[in-house]
Amino acid sequence: MVAPVVIVLAVLVLYPLGYGFYLSLTDANEANVARDIGAFHAPATYKMVWFDNYWSVLSGADGDFYPRLIWTVIWTLSCVVLHIAIGMGLALLLNRQMRAKLLYRALLILPWAVPAFVGVFAWRLMLNSQYGVFNDMITAVGLPAQNWLATPFAQKTAVIMVNVWIGVPFNMVALLGGLQSIPKELYEAAEMDGASPWQRFVHITLPGLRPVTNTVVLLGCIWTFNMFAVIYLLLGQNTTGEADILVTFAFRKAFTGVSDYSGAATYGIVILALLLAFSTFYRRRQLKTEQA
Amino acid sequence: MTSATTHSPASVTARAEAAAPRAKKVRGREERSTLASVALHGTLILASLVAAFPVVWIVFISLGPKTAWQSPGEVLGNLSLDNYAKVLTDTDFPQWFGASVIVAGGTTVLGVFLAASAGYAVSRMRFPGHRQLMWSFLVTQMFPMAVLIVPLYELLARFDLIDNYLGLILTYATTAVPFCAWMMKGYFDTIPHEIDEAGRVDGLTPFGTFWRLIVPLAKPGLAVTAFYSFLTAWGEVAYASQFMGADHYTLAVGIRTFATESRADWAMMTAASVLILIPATLVFLLVQRNLVSGLTAGGTKS
Repeated sequence: MVAPVVIVLAVLVLYPLGYGFYLSLTDANEANVARDIGAFHAPATYKMVWFDNYWSVLSGADGDFYPRLIWTVIWTLSCVVLHIAIGMGLALLLNRQMRAKLLYRALLILPWAVPAFVGVFAWRLMLNSQYGVFNDMITAVGLPAQNWLATPFAQKTAVIMVNVWIGVPFNMVALLGGLQSIPKELYEAAEMDGASPWQRFVHITLPGLRPVTNTVVLLGCIWTFNMFAVIYLLLGQNTTGEADILVTFAFRKAFTGVSDYSGAATYGIVILALLLAFSTFYRRRQLKTEQA
Repeated sequence: MTSATTHSPASVTARAEAAAPRAKKVRGREERSTLASVALHGTLILASLVAAFPVVWIVFISLGPKTAWQSPGEVLGNLSLDNYAKVLTDTDFPQWFGASVIVAGGTTVLGVFLAASAGYAVSRMRFPGHRQLMWSFLVTQMFPMAVLIVPLYELLARFDLIDNYLGLILTYATTAVPFCAWMMKGYFDTIPHEIDEAGRVDGLTPFGTFWRLIVPLAKPGLAVTAFYSFLTAWGEVAYASQFMGADHYTLAVGIRTFATESRADWAMMTAASVLILIPATLVFLLVQRNLVSGLTAGGTKS
């Protein structure tokens, strides 16, 4: 029964991956790949350059990799931390008995139902520096208006903000589910023993949530590291390039100007290697704490 | 159990406080003061506003005249559905919408079917590579599309699947299925094995057991899977914009034709966005009751 999935994945993921790896060892770009010009078929003229691409990326010779990597790590960390913190806060609040609970839950999950590109357009409208309602709101509470989609720092703040808005509901729902699976008896016993709310949170809630948080953090890091739509669509062509993470940068390499397929493929493989290393390390550390 | 071994003053007073109400048998974690109630509802109302505002805002702007986005104040005096009429009659919107329905519907059906069967297989059967398979599901989430998009293009082109709905559906399935299978596996793990055995005893085939007994029990998990697959396909931009020609644009690509390099036609964009939101919200409303239980028992617990 698992065969269909394995076949589909193997064909549609492994083959392209292998081919991508092959491309990363060549100097393929738009000018030298095989293509049809009218009835005339031009054969590919690119050649193997072996690890030259990797060398120029990793040695910093192309000048783009390390700045993009640093920003990608900052972006991933800040998004994941905010996702978990806000998601956890809201999940804790929603996990109580109260009126209008279902209404709150439905409203809070709403951003998850909004397709990312619609959400991003809504934010672009709101963040417009001249007419956007967002500046009106923050000046109303005394903060200075910003040209959100223009300067690198404002762009970075804006993409993180939008991504947090989009990503919190998933984390909230997952953590809420985790909270509900913690046996009530544990809290009752702790109350009997006189544990304060804070002690109950630290000694029951957090350990009880660990299976959920482990998975959510790992998936969150992978998804955020590879997040495309938010950055690409929010900044569009206006980007200064400063707010590009590795993935959007690689996409621009492949599809703007003279398409640099080998360069984009190299970035892709490097991204994959980074994520693999991270998750292997994370998993191993996780197993260690479970055994301890 | 109640005999204390630690005697710090704090724990003693805390215990004393806890002990008194316990005698009345009414104290619970759920009881709170008026002030705490106000704080709780206040925080949740604020959070709900933040969550809903961008959506409310585009609905609001879409109901106004063409220049409403520059002067939102005009909207209330000039409410109209003109933007909607224009989007639906003067543009290719209905066509994009149809394309998205086909692609998202196809992805959902294929995604749910593949994820459920794979999740069940991993949950119940022991086969070589069983553990590696779960790991490889996770690894597929790490493949950045930047590396996949060019080779995938070549691959689909070879099978004549470029500018073809099936090609896009298959591509989306590779994104959605691994995560969903992972989640379904966790969900199936919570369904007792005795049910499978009972089915076997009653003479059902493995597939029969799965289809007749397990699938109905796994509805919350399947609902989340359907929701996730649908949204993946409904909102994806990068593949759709590279793989589809103008005749087969999906909404995500089509709506971008309302925005040029320098300026966006916000009247059209907001109206179109609201129309795009409607099916997503409907799917969401259908499954939202199941989201929490489906996601919990599922992937988050593997």
